[in-house]
Amino acid sequence: MNFIEWIKQPWPWYVSGPLIGLTVPVLLILGNKSFGISSSLRHICAACIPANIPFFKYDWKREMWNLFFVAGIILGAIIATGILSNHQAIQLNPKLVADLQQYGIDDYSKLAPTQLFNWPALLTLKGFIMMIVGGFLVGFGTRYAGGCTSGHAIMGLSNLQLPSLIATVCFMIGGFIMANLILPFILQL
Amino acid sequence: MQNDLEDIELIEMNTDFEVRSLDTICINESNLQHPWYYNFKYFFAGILFGILLVKAEVVSWFRIQEMFRLQSFHMYGVIGSAVAIGALSVWLIKKLNIKTIHGEAIELHPKRFNKGQIIGGLIFGFGWAITGACPGPLFALIGNGATVIIVVLLSAVAGTWFYGLIRNKLPH
Repeated sequence: MNFIEWIKQPWPWYVSGPLIGLTVPVLLILGNKSFGISSSLRHICAACIPANIPFFKYDWKREMWNLFFVAGIILGAIIATGILSNHQAIQLNPKLVADLQQYGIDDYSKLAPTQLFNWPALLTLKGFIMMIVGGFLVGFGTRYAGGCTSGHAIMGLSNLQLPSLIATVCFMIGGFIMANLILPFILQL
Repeated sequence: MQNDLEDIELIEMNTDFEVRSLDTICINESNLQHPWYYNFKYFFAGILFGILLVKAEVVSWFRIQEMFRLQSFHMYGVIGSAVAIGALSVWLIKKLNIKTIHGEAIELHPKRFNKGQIIGGLIFGFGWAITGACPGPLFALIGNGATVIIVVLLSAVAGTWFYGLIRNKLPH
């Protein structure tokens, strides 16, 4: 297998994980920035809809690096999808495939399942919960927790911060409860 | 007056390091003033990070379901090895006193505990399992071609805004 073919495959965790970890020192060395993505949502609020709320009254332009970083993520994903992909269906645990089959989910061509995440579905109860409510919980929860997977789980744990460990454990508990106990009911809708 | 006192207390209690931006006079992570286009270095870092998120498949709703159902090691491997390399890097930066490319000392901000990390953490966990995406992947999925994720992202912005609105009434 040549290099181009290899790079177009999904990258195993022991390649992609350490590279993701390197984001931490790269941002620190580029300009003293602590890795964290959910703050970008706050800066968008501060820039577009501050509405005189004290939490959004700050000089967001000082934090503009974060918005450049997330804009880069969008372009990076376009490159990875357009150029660096072999467009094959994702390989999953057969148990998950069998389980999702019950809910009529059998299209594995996209990273976000097209049968759940699509424009017409926004008008259904299931789509509303999965996209609008789900997104709202992500935005509300990350800010309340003071960070997300990048800010707490990766940056915070790398810096051995106990509050970040507590937050990460709670992310996981919340995820386990939702995925195993509540989501099956939502998917049935 | 009572309100003023509460506000001051809240700022002091705040554990969110980027809250320096609430009060930019006090905490200043960089004394260097650069033109805005210096931010393009973070844009390039973001491109690499976006490529990684997609190639690692960590932005996939399916991979997140596997993780929370304990059906695959993949996500644990990615996050675990990322933390290991991140921790090693931070340790080396401290140990060797590594400076930024502009010669500044690197500062790390300790995080202080508050109840938000528990309550907010659980709420985010719910959202993560439903949407299969944390904030980084939301941006990546848009680049991946799932245009409807723009709506999910806007809803996340609305969630953040709502937190800002009712922040004073929430336990911290």
